[in-house]
Amino acid sequence: MIKHRIKTDLDVEQIRLDFPILKREVHPGVSLIYLDSTATTQKPTQVIQAMDDYYRSYNSNVHRGVHTLAEEATAAYESARQRVANFIHAPSAREIIFTRNTTESINLIAFTWGRTYLQEDDLVILTEMEHHSNLVPWQILAAEKGIQLEFIPITTDGILELDVYRKLLEQMPKLVSFTQMSNVLGTINPAKEIVQMAHQAGAITIIDGAQSVPHFSVDVQDLDVDFLAFSAHKICGPTGLGVLFGKINLLNDMPPFLGGGEMIKRVLLRSFTPNEVPHKFEAGTPAIAESIGLHSALDYVDQVGMDKIAAHEQKMISYALERLEEVPGVHVIGPAAKHKGGVAAFTFDGIHPHDVAQVLDRSGIAVRAGHHCAMPLHEKYNIPATTRASFYLYNTLDEVDRLIEGLYTVKEFFG
Amino acid sequence: MDDLYRELIIDRYKNPHFRGSLEPHDISFEDDNPLCGDHIRIDLRINGNERVSEVAFDGHGCAISQATADLLAESIVGKSLDEVKQISKQDILDMLGIELGPVRLKCALLSLKVLKAGVYGLGEASDELVEN
Repeated sequence: MIKHRIKTDLDVEQIRLDFPILKREVHPGVSLIYLDSTATTQKPTQVIQAMDDYYRSYNSNVHRGVHTLAEEATAAYESARQRVANFIHAPSAREIIFTRNTTESINLIAFTWGRTYLQEDDLVILTEMEHHSNLVPWQILAAEKGIQLEFIPITTDGILELDVYRKLLEQMPKLVSFTQMSNVLGTINPAKEIVQMAHQAGAITIIDGAQSVPHFSVDVQDLDVDFLAFSAHKICGPTGLGVLFGKINLLNDMPPFLGGGEMIKRVLLRSFTPNEVPHKFEAGTPAIAESIGLHSALDYVDQVGMDKIAAHEQKMISYALERLEEVPGVHVIGPAAKHKGGVAAFTFDGIHPHDVAQVLDRSGIAVRAGHHCAMPLHEKYNIPATTRASFYLYNTLDEVDRLIEGLYTVKEFFG
Repeated sequence: MDDLYRELIIDRYKNPHFRGSLEPHDISFEDDNPLCGDHIRIDLRINGNERVSEVAFDGHGCAISQATADLLAESIVGKSLDEVKQISKQDILDMLGIELGPVRLKCALLSLKVLKAGVYGLGEASDELVEN
């Protein structure tokens, strides 16, 4: 094994023992190098066991049963809600709504708050680096209600142009919705400053925390943000579960989202009274096992330490950028390591990202290729697609070396 | 089972002391527990010293929700409105002397929620009133 001159803050070898999938071979004799955590993270045994335990020993629907299993399942589901509140420092568990994913969380805001409070010609400010999940819901609303969309531009280095943002704020927007960390550029945006500026202009704020919450400590009270969305599966938890945090006063004044069971207080044949927050927004049987999995995942990353995870990823990305620079024809997009998280999206002269990813897979290296649900961003850089390697707490510097070796193989293959 | 349905609870469910209504009243509030359809209305008469002089409740639902309403009604006669506002979730649990899971807790806390929403003069009852 190559000895690296830099050390990271985590005992990664110990952490890797918790992730059974990292032991598998993807082809005979070829072990997995998983560099796709921005798309979804792997799950530790603790999370898998917590969900398995629910199904084996207290599987039940929540909230309307009085039998022991129902009480246990309800307690576990509501305790997961409290755990999420603690994790992002929300003042109350009532401000935590479980959804399907980040996308549904943002759609929930657009379809309830947006439809109620945004009128024709009202301005919504987004950024040029948004994921489609924070673009399309507002485009739908623009088509439906005639709201106006403006975008904070980015520099060629992938940094938001806050001077332009300041100018845009003079138009008194109703809403500013932005990603805290880009899933392509890796840029970590100055969220607190953006929120503060928006509030001074009288706007409501939304943070897309899909990439930030899993990778560094996020405190909604310190940020003073009005809404924050993230997904369980990007923080060592299961798929099918998302979180929406909202300030209680806003949530109370929003109409319900989906209609059905649990979201009601009273139902007559022709009318209904909505339930209280957060149940008002949780129609139907929720993702119970998944909430238990998320609870366990948050325990897991907290035990490792969010600050240590962030420091580890900072060292990983610094090393990865340094090594990627060595490979002729590789161009990483986005800012310098100090402004970004563990994401390196790059082009390779003359070779399509799908071909890069396909050849890397032969060496067991899992990277993502495409537009990563950020087509406008790729258009801005005038490139159709990128190859993206991303890192999490279980990745090693050796894996970066393997990636670099793999890229030389790609070059030979197509060169 | 015996724990959950202590004699006190069964007795007050079957023979409530404060069931009825007050006409006229100074405060009246009602709400449902959406989880199982319990319903409670509480009427209060307040004397010149801002104290509860008379109380009555009506409604329907499980033994826990109805017995708690009766015990709560009894406990507030003569109390000032400020004292009523201070009644906590733990006070209710102490009064009942039983352990409750999250589902049945909602049944037990419905009457306190209704009472507080009425005393605070709120348009709507909220779980926040009985969070602590």
